[in-house]
Amino acid sequence: MSSGSGIDVRYVARLARLDLTEEEATLYQRQLDRLLEHVESLQRLDVGRVAPTAQVVPLTNVLRDDVTCPSLDRAQAMAGAPAREGAFFRVSRIIEEQE
Amino acid sequence: MSALYQRSATQIAAAVNAREVSAVEVLGAHMARIERVEPSIGAFLSLTADLAREQARRVDEAVAAGKRLPLAGVPVAVKDNMCLQGTVTTAGSKILAGWVAPYTATAVARLLEAGCLPVGKANLDEFAMGSSCENSALGVTRNPWDTDRVPGGSSGGSVAAVAAGEAALATASDTGGSIREPAAFCGVVGMKPTYGRISRYGLIAFASSLDQIGPIARTVEDAAAMYGVMAGHDPMDATSLPRPVEPTLPALRTDLRGLRVGLVREFDTKDLGEEIDAAYRRAYAQLAALGAEIVDVALPHAEYGLATYYLIAPAEASSNLARFDGVRYGLRVDGANVQEMYGKTRAAGFGPEVKRRILIGTYALSSGYYDAYYVRAQKARTLTAGDFERAFAACDLIACPAASSPAFEFGAKSDDPVSMYLMDYYTIPMSLAGLPALSVPCGFVRDGSPGGRELPLGLQLVAPLYEEARLFAAAHAYEQATRYTLDRQPPVVESVR
Repeated sequence: MSSGSGIDVRYVARLARLDLTEEEATLYQRQLDRLLEHVESLQRLDVGRVAPTAQVVPLTNVLRDDVTCPSLDRAQAMAGAPAREGAFFRVSRIIEEQE
Repeated sequence: MSALYQRSATQIAAAVNAREVSAVEVLGAHMARIERVEPSIGAFLSLTADLAREQARRVDEAVAAGKRLPLAGVPVAVKDNMCLQGTVTTAGSKILAGWVAPYTATAVARLLEAGCLPVGKANLDEFAMGSSCENSALGVTRNPWDTDRVPGGSSGGSVAAVAAGEAALATASDTGGSIREPAAFCGVVGMKPTYGRISRYGLIAFASSLDQIGPIARTVEDAAAMYGVMAGHDPMDATSLPRPVEPTLPALRTDLRGLRVGLVREFDTKDLGEEIDAAYRRAYAQLAALGAEIVDVALPHAEYGLATYYLIAPAEASSNLARFDGVRYGLRVDGANVQEMYGKTRAAGFGPEVKRRILIGTYALSSGYYDAYYVRAQKARTLTAGDFERAFAACDLIACPAASSPAFEFGAKSDDPVSMYLMDYYTIPMSLAGLPALSVPCGFVRDGSPGGRELPLGLQLVAPLYEEARLFAAAHAYEQATRYTLDRQPPVVESVR
């Protein structure tokens, strides 16, 4: 595995959209370094000619017939929304206005 | 006959179908038991008494009309990562606190159709990530055999409820051992089927290539009956196996003649301590006494199981948990813009273990590390599956411990995540290989302290893919010959009100 680089907890947290406090960043840095040490053992395995396994049963590309089926109605589907506006989930602005 | 809450699911269903007792009476006995023991156990995050009463009346009407239901009037605890329409479903997380499920999981719906009464939603480690139930953000569950100890996890509420007589059955889910380890800790039967055997529609996802729903019960026969109801193809889950389910109940046996049971060379129990080592040796000797031929098998890649799992499972979890973004359901913490809202919502909503796993998973999938970590782990997974394939050429079942110790005390492993992860050493390889496996009680050990309690141990049996019937058959024979928990209840203290 990419030797010596280690995990940059702050960068990874940004990728994961997860704010961390100073204390959390320090704690997770230590704990994740230790976990990475542990998984380093996989480096010893010779997997040069081994195919990866995503899951173990022989099922791929499972499709259903293209027919209309009953599903949740809008009111049920939106009942747990933190904020709504009419038939939409409301969120704060994503695209900034042009200056 | 014993009190209603002590009866097996099979006994309850027979009595309700024969109209010797009503589902409403069965429910009453269990709700009273819950009221008395819940203060010391804490198995449930919420009770669903109204729903259960309604269902009990329906069951009694159906039976009165001449219908027979396989699990008529059997109280069931539903692990709180499974949807039950109209009930609060939290996955043990603050990010879903108060969220009401708009539909019912297929496995749960099948139990209701079979006559089960849903008494409540059982506690779990947050998003099923943990081995002690201590990672639940919403409640503490105690082990009925010793309330100073954890019930195991992640299905801690499910096993505690069944062990304490609060429900005859419970649903559970297993990703790396979350059914088998807690079943061992609480002296009940817990079974993880072949990957894809039971529909996961309505199960809140943790690691999708590993997650599997299974039954918790006090007897192997009950677990087999519950499995039979839940198993089978479901078009709502694309990973559900489109193959027939072999009947398990007619296959139950009382001996093991003609079966070859493999003992895993790499799983020597000597290091687990004298008492535990002796207990497992006794268990293996009992299998031989029942007629099994004991053979030696090897799982040379077992030692890499934990490392493989702790890359694959967090990677998948980090992807699955991306949906908790404060937009469509669950908690939202407002921010100046949507990015800030995501970061704050997830910081406030997820607990420490979930954050750890999101971070390690995001790292393992990130650009530049994907091949070195995630793909390498997937290749190691192929080697683990290959180990089992070779082992099962020489044996019909594998026997080994379900956990490396009995239940431990609260806080004993909280400081070091890796020591907690090691609890799953014996269960992870089977999960990586998608195999059916169960834990059945195999004795008790003293906790070592003066006047200390006796704590249950679990024997894990493992079968090749799709051979659930063989697994139940052998476990039944072992259970009937040993009866460790059949004639003995945990020393739960009832509170007098």
